[in-house]
Amino acid sequence: MTRDGRSLIAALAGIVGARHVRTALPERITYARDGLPTHRRVPGVVVLPGSRDEVIAIVRLLAALGVPFVPRGAGTGLSGGALADADAVLVVLTRLNRILRIDPRNHLAVVEPGVVNVRLSAAAAPDGLLYSPDPSSQTACTIGGNVAENAGGPHCLKYGVTATHVLALEVVLADGQVVELGSLSGEPWGPDLVGLFVGSEGNFGIATRITVRLLPIPRAVRTLLADFAALRTAGEAVSAVIASGIVPAALEMMDQSCIRAVEDSVYAAGYPRDAAAVLLLELDGAQESAVAADAETIAGILHAHGARSVTVAADAKQRERLWQGRKKAFGAMGRLSRDLVVQDAVVPRSALPDVLETIARIAGAYGLTVSNVFHAGDGNLHPNISFDGRVPGLKARVDEASGEIMAACIAAGGTITGEHGVGLDKLRYMPLLFDGDALAAMRAVRRVFDPEERVNPGKVVPVHACREWVGSVNAERGTRNARADVRSDFRVPTSALET
Amino acid sequence: MSLVDRVRALLGDDAVDVAATHDGVPRVAPASPDAVALLLGTAREEGWHVRIEGAGSWLPTDAPVDLALTTRRLDHVPAIEPQDLAATVEAGIGCDLLRQQLADRGTWLALDPPGLAGRSLGSVVATATAGPLRQGFGSVRDHLLGVTFVTGDGRLVQSGGRVMKNVAGYDLTKLAAGGFGAFGVIVLVHLRLRALPRADQTLVLEGSREELAQVSEDIAAAAVQPAAHELMSPALARRERWLLAVRFAGSAALVSAEETALRAATGGGGRFTPLRADEAHALWMRAAESFATRPVTFRIGGLPDSSDELLDLLQHQVGDEWISASPGVGAIRWGGETTVDRLRRLRRSLAGLEVPLTLERASWPVRAAVGHFGAYREGVGPLVAGLRRTFDPAEAFVVAVEGAE
Repeated sequence: MTRDGRSLIAALAGIVGARHVRTALPERITYARDGLPTHRRVPGVVVLPGSRDEVIAIVRLLAALGVPFVPRGAGTGLSGGALADADAVLVVLTRLNRILRIDPRNHLAVVEPGVVNVRLSAAAAPDGLLYSPDPSSQTACTIGGNVAENAGGPHCLKYGVTATHVLALEVVLADGQVVELGSLSGEPWGPDLVGLFVGSEGNFGIATRITVRLLPIPRAVRTLLADFAALRTAGEAVSAVIASGIVPAALEMMDQSCIRAVEDSVYAAGYPRDAAAVLLLELDGAQESAVAADAETIAGILHAHGARSVTVAADAKQRERLWQGRKKAFGAMGRLSRDLVVQDAVVPRSALPDVLETIARIAGAYGLTVSNVFHAGDGNLHPNISFDGRVPGLKARVDEASGEIMAACIAAGGTITGEHGVGLDKLRYMPLLFDGDALAAMRAVRRVFDPEERVNPGKVVPVHACREWVGSVNAERGTRNARADVRSDFRVPTSALET
Repeated sequence: MSLVDRVRALLGDDAVDVAATHDGVPRVAPASPDAVALLLGTAREEGWHVRIEGAGSWLPTDAPVDLALTTRRLDHVPAIEPQDLAATVEAGIGCDLLRQQLADRGTWLALDPPGLAGRSLGSVVATATAGPLRQGFGSVRDHLLGVTFVTGDGRLVQSGGRVMKNVAGYDLTKLAAGGFGAFGVIVLVHLRLRALPRADQTLVLEGSREELAQVSEDIAAAAVQPAAHELMSPALARRERWLLAVRFAGSAALVSAEETALRAATGGGGRFTPLRADEAHALWMRAAESFATRPVTFRIGGLPDSSDELLDLLQHQVGDEWISASPGVGAIRWGGETTVDRLRRLRRSLAGLEVPLTLERASWPVRAAVGHFGAYREGVGPLVAGLRRTFDPAEAFVVAVEGAE
């Protein structure tokens, strides 16, 4: 086998069949972005394996040739994390979409990485179970992608993010070796490598089999909508709810700009258009009387902290409508402008009122429209900046404003991403959060799993900011992992691009 | 210059305690994370071997080393934030002191690890020893927002932070939690807290193991959601027969509703006996402390539907005098006296059932022979070895991770 691109394509086709290898430029362009429109990379080749054995064969082939590759699920991520450059192969895992096993007695499921999130809950529902992490993209995103990003979602407030629910993984490492991490019970066979792998953004390998915990579908649910005349008051009400000791299943906030975008869209949920902010809360549990009593207590707290009104969803239909407005808010904001920057910072919950005011001030200073729709109960902000990228100089202004918002969140004791991941998008913020030793430690850990740094290169850890790490097992290989230095002679030949 | 003189010169006279050690190993108590980093940086230069100690009440302090590093002076609580339900705590603080300080601020760490009351938080995190509350609130890692640890060559590494969600960079916190100190000394912990429960009720039922196993299944089938659901051996519970203890914690409405559901699911009436607060406290504390007094303690991670089979296996191979099992999640903790050979045989039997055994505490000869984790699955050993070399390049930490198998 040579490193010639044609040979590589032929070899890939030999593994998965020619129709599952995409080489034509128009085909590859469809993979040039993820859910975040501000980053664009056209992959050299796209390959869609249909089984774990095909994944293993592909990874071994790429290892033998020293070719970088990027694992990708449905491409709904919001960090530019699943984009591949022209010298890399994009390994799309959506054909590995089988639910291998549901074990109702032990509340677990074994799935392939390409299973769409919401499909798992649907499959488990007849057994009275669900898969709890529910990112807004859950009708499209895959469990494998959720694992790579440690995805969250509204109901993670009570039930935890993806890492809480992943028990075991079968992983194909960068060299094609297959390892089993974790156990069905969640008790690791050694250090917690499952916990380390989840959220590693594809840098540690490809998960080909994922065992997750399922939870009982709550027997009792109450969904409340509270509206406020001021953003600050809504933020303060969040702290009051949290301090009450009752943990809502979800506690979401939308500001006026977002409310109006939703109400103007096909996802109109009946949110009051004149409200400065609304809180969407959900309480659930196994016991109807307890959930009813807790809902009453929470409604009282919301009234006491300035809610103009508190509405309890009367039935499942109204509940679904309230949630649809929230889950489709990102889509609705597409109405505001041509382009959208989505942020993902997290702050201590008590800092929400101040940080929201700071964000509004920054938006005003830059003359930008910022809409907030976020997981208030976790302090996980999603300030979204709407803009038209065709206007000269506007993108630069958006970038500057984004940087200021991020700095304000970090100054408040927060972090740069709560569920979307670092990817390409937040690389520049990592040194604001971590010192050179912490970044170097992360890089050294990555090199334990992937010594050549070929898997999803150039993401998560900004190499230039890493201090020297003599403890690295690969320290003797020098500092070759800067993105430009990744070893690969692979290029798709021009003729192949045009086919 | 002797090791003791060198350390005194580095950290001051009061950082070294030679007289108090039982095995003649100088015990060093750095007063800050930076001092820990300074000490370990020097240890690397000098080639010293180090064992990590907290309060010295859980893992026997008997690993053969040049110096013992204790975190007992790292006992400050920089921040408790009731409005955020988060705290930042130095790792050497005792769990009893921490619990009290949190309660004073209306907050609660929903962890009830085995061991004596004064066991250090760092020890609980490093060994990932959750107790019965794992049923309702998860394992140790689920309570961590972040940690700062010092590597074997004296680098301070921060991971995570003090916010509720954080996916910035790789989650090194998961490596520190349950790593038994192989990757570094945990010096600072960011904790996820809960509001102090308004109501907290424990109910108990005595019976044969088989009877109580059936009751446990009934509880699970009825979707009762206890905070703890523990099957205790007679010796552990200090009862004539096995004891099923069920604990509910939360709002008054929740606890009342769950208790009603429990009674309905298990035949109603007065089968379960509610304990007074002081009785419940005594039951849970005694059970936790009992494991600190047994020569060997381990945990196994099975599945709920295999609990009975695993208890049979334990009874057959190592006895079942000191057992605490969470049938709802499949976890079992065992304490008692046993041999290296029996432990190895048991671990092999369990491996055949795909059930991991983690050795939690034992004397150094047993730890060194059996290892906390034993042999890894295929391909995992090199990863763990690589991670250890990354964080402890000179092998300063003396930790029996794998054992001699």
